[in-house]
Amino acid sequence: MDKIRALIVDDSSVMRKIVERSLRQAGVELEKVVEASNGAEALVALQHNVVDLILCDINMPVMDGLEFVRQSATVENAKGVPIVMITTEGSESHVVQALSAGARGYIRKPFTPEQVKEHVVSVLGKKL
Amino acid sequence: MPVLELAVEEVFEIMVGCRVKPVAQTEHPPNEEYTAMIGLAGALCGILTLSCNAQTARQIARSMLGGTDNADTEVADALGELCNMIAGNFKNKLAGTDERCMLSVPTVISGGEYSFHSLADGCSVATVLLFEDAPVAVRLQLQS
Repeated sequence: MDKIRALIVDDSSVMRKIVERSLRQAGVELEKVVEASNGAEALVALQHNVVDLILCDINMPVMDGLEFVRQSATVENAKGVPIVMITTEGSESHVVQALSAGARGYIRKPFTPEQVKEHVVSVLGKKL
Repeated sequence: MPVLELAVEEVFEIMVGCRVKPVAQTEHPPNEEYTAMIGLAGALCGILTLSCNAQTARQIARSMLGGTDNADTEVADALGELCNMIAGNFKNKLAGTDERCMLSVPTVISGGEYSFHSLADGCSVATVLLFEDAPVAVRLQLQS
C-alpha cells in the first residue's frame, strides 16, 4: 500500500495518539497525520490539507462526528475520501446513522490494530 | 461472569495490553488519587467510576500510549478514555439498553484530599482488579 495521509478526529489527544499508533502497528505507512479535536476543526483542517482517509469519533463537543460526516460532503478536499467512525457508541442506530450520513466504516472502542487494518484495507481497497 | 467485570477485563486487555483479574476489595483497598467518571442517562441512569493511585494512573497511561512518560493532563485524558470505553463496552453488552442509554464526556478528579459522593440511590456494583499488583476500582452506581 502507498503511504497514506490521514485525518484523525477525536476530542481526546490520547485517543488520537492511540489511533495513529494502531494504524502504524497495523502496517499502515503514514505520510502525514493531521489531527482535529472536533468536527468543526476537522472541516477547517480539510480546507488546508488533502488526505486519503479520515478516522472520526462520534461524541465530541462543538460539532459531533455525525454532523462532521454530513458537512464534509460539501468540502472539496473530502470528496471521495472514506470516513471510518471510531467510537464507544455501539448501537445499531448509531451505525445506521453514521453509514446513512456517508461514513464507510464503523469501529467500536475498544479496538485492536487488526480491526483498524481490516477497515482501512476495506475502505481504501488496497492490500497492506 | 458479571457483565461489568467482563467489560473491564476486555478494555484492559485490548487497550492497556494487560490481563486483569478481580480481587477481594477488603484485601486490596484502592488509594484513590485519581477518579475518572462517566455519567449514564436514559435506560440506565447513574455514574461509572474508575479509581486508582497516581502511580498506577501513570502506568496505565504509559501502557496505553506505548511506553512513553506522559504529562499529568495526558494521564487524566487516558484514564477518562479508559473509563469511557468501559462504560461503552458495558452498555453494549446489555441487550436492549445500548440504544436507550447515553454517556457523558469523561471527567477526571486527581489529588490526595477529596471525597467522592454520588446521589445515585439505587443499586451499586463494584469490582476491584489488580493492575501490576496495584488495585483499580470500578464502580457503577445507579439511580433507583
